[in-house]
Amino acid sequence: MKVDKDLIEKVASLARLNLTESEIKKFLPQLKDILESFSKIDKADTKGAKPSFQPVELKNRLREDRKGKCLTQEEALSNTEHKKDGYFKGPRAV
Amino acid sequence: MSTTDFIKQVQNKEIDVVEHTHKVLEEIKKINKEYNYFNTISEELALEQAKSVKKNPKGRLAGLPVSVKDCIVVKGVESRAGSKILSGYKPVFDATVIEKVKAEGAIIIGKTAQDEFGFGGFSVNVGVGMKIPLNPFDKNRACGGSSGGAAGIAQKISFPHIAIGESTGGSIVNPASFCGVVGLCPTYGRVSRYGLMDYANSLDKIGAIGKTVEETAMMLSVISGFDEKDSTSINKPAENYENVVGKIVKNMKIGVIKESLEEGTDKEIKSDIIKAVKGFEELGVKHEEISLPLTMKYGVEAYYLTAMSETSTNLAKFCGMRYGKHEKLEGGFNQYFSKVRSANFGEEAKRRVIIGTFARMAGFRDAYYIKAAQVRTKIIEEYKKAFKKVDCLVSPTMPVVAPKFSEIKKLTPLQNYMMDILTVGPNLAGLPHVTVPCGIKDGMPVGLMLVGNHLMEGKLLQLAAAYEQK
Repeated sequence: MKVDKDLIEKVASLARLNLTESEIKKFLPQLKDILESFSKIDKADTKGAKPSFQPVELKNRLREDRKGKCLTQEEALSNTEHKKDGYFKGPRAV
Repeated sequence: MSTTDFIKQVQNKEIDVVEHTHKVLEEIKKINKEYNYFNTISEELALEQAKSVKKNPKGRLAGLPVSVKDCIVVKGVESRAGSKILSGYKPVFDATVIEKVKAEGAIIIGKTAQDEFGFGGFSVNVGVGMKIPLNPFDKNRACGGSSGGAAGIAQKISFPHIAIGESTGGSIVNPASFCGVVGLCPTYGRVSRYGLMDYANSLDKIGAIGKTVEETAMMLSVISGFDEKDSTSINKPAENYENVVGKIVKNMKIGVIKESLEEGTDKEIKSDIIKAVKGFEELGVKHEEISLPLTMKYGVEAYYLTAMSETSTNLAKFCGMRYGKHEKLEGGFNQYFSKVRSANFGEEAKRRVIIGTFARMAGFRDAYYIKAAQVRTKIIEEYKKAFKKVDCLVSPTMPVVAPKFSEIKKLTPLQNYMMDILTVGPNLAGLPHVTVPCGIKDGMPVGLMLVGNHLMEGKLLQLAAAYEQK
């Protein structure tokens, strides 16, 4: 796999980040260095091992569907600068 | 005065909590000017709580000043997780741990400094425009991280106090070790994460930092327990951990992690650990050498791939819409989100989001993200095998003492990550771990780390307290 400017720009755009030229210049050798080192885990013997996405075994837990306390509309909107008619106002969708 | 005595005196109305809280606030403001341990000091809330505790001085933490890592939400107090992207965010609810400590009469004094979202081991990766906390022993050195402000204030404050910290890959024990205090990170799921801003949700744990093992045990007793609001919360009731202090540890057995004393660990630190093991011997604790080859070889890689992958999704919610930093609403969705994120995430946050996004991308996912999760299984198995032989594992907490800022500047990001070699293992495996001071090198504290099996906080604290009191 080639870690180059095109790849970084593609990944950054998927992550919704605009990188400046100087950020790309700085990140490129660092990311090469990091990914090369991380590739080492390829050599780890994991034959037959299931992946762990949690460290402690957990079962799906469901609760009874009941009415509980929740935020008021006013509270939910209290931290936004962009609201209209009791809703969050987002950027243009189309 | 010990924290226990202080709380008793508050309960008996021998201390005026309002007056005391004023004194504490004065002191932390003064310390903060010099050391930058707080992102926000919650004076108004603290005094309001003090007044109510004065009227009704009940509760297991009555009148006790408690600091809170910035990434844990406190209702009405700016909570930024050390990031500019959360500037101005005043949560409309309390995290479960905050609800619990408030109910026990604790006084919330402020939000402590950290690496942005927890992204670092030295608290130098603070958010854009934020200040770096300085080591209480030497202002030219780092506090450690990411709960750097928490450990710094725990050491520097002259009043009884306990800090609430958070660890993803070592962020409680690392700074506690560098600042010469005690840090306790519980089993994954033992303490509710509700109201904690995720760094990596399968790794994040809330814990405590204090001057003594007893203080951390006291805090854990209050904050642990099942919480319906956290889907990964362990369904076991809270325990009382305070009575472990002073219990006999004779005939317990510790395992010394072989690889932790090999190359890479400072020689003086190694001899401090050997001395500590001898100390345990004098307490009647047996020991043997334990090897964790896989954990020590692949732990850092498995940890960072997992943590960064999770981070890249967890940070997606910060986009200038509902809270925190906003920009002028212009352009389409992606343009707007990218603009807010690019301007307000710090450098390390961007680096980690990019690597994490890459590790989950089609074509690379199996080789990085899934492989790391498989290695994680093997690491958990390796620890479980060790705990069949011993009650607890010991090693240095960090392979070095707190480095100077001038030394940190010379490290590449990869060299930075490698410093976490001793702490990522227990964090990946979700095991409880604690650090206690065990020596001094160049005037800087050295920490001894003890790691226990899942939910064995009691035994872990018992051993740590026995060593501390020796």
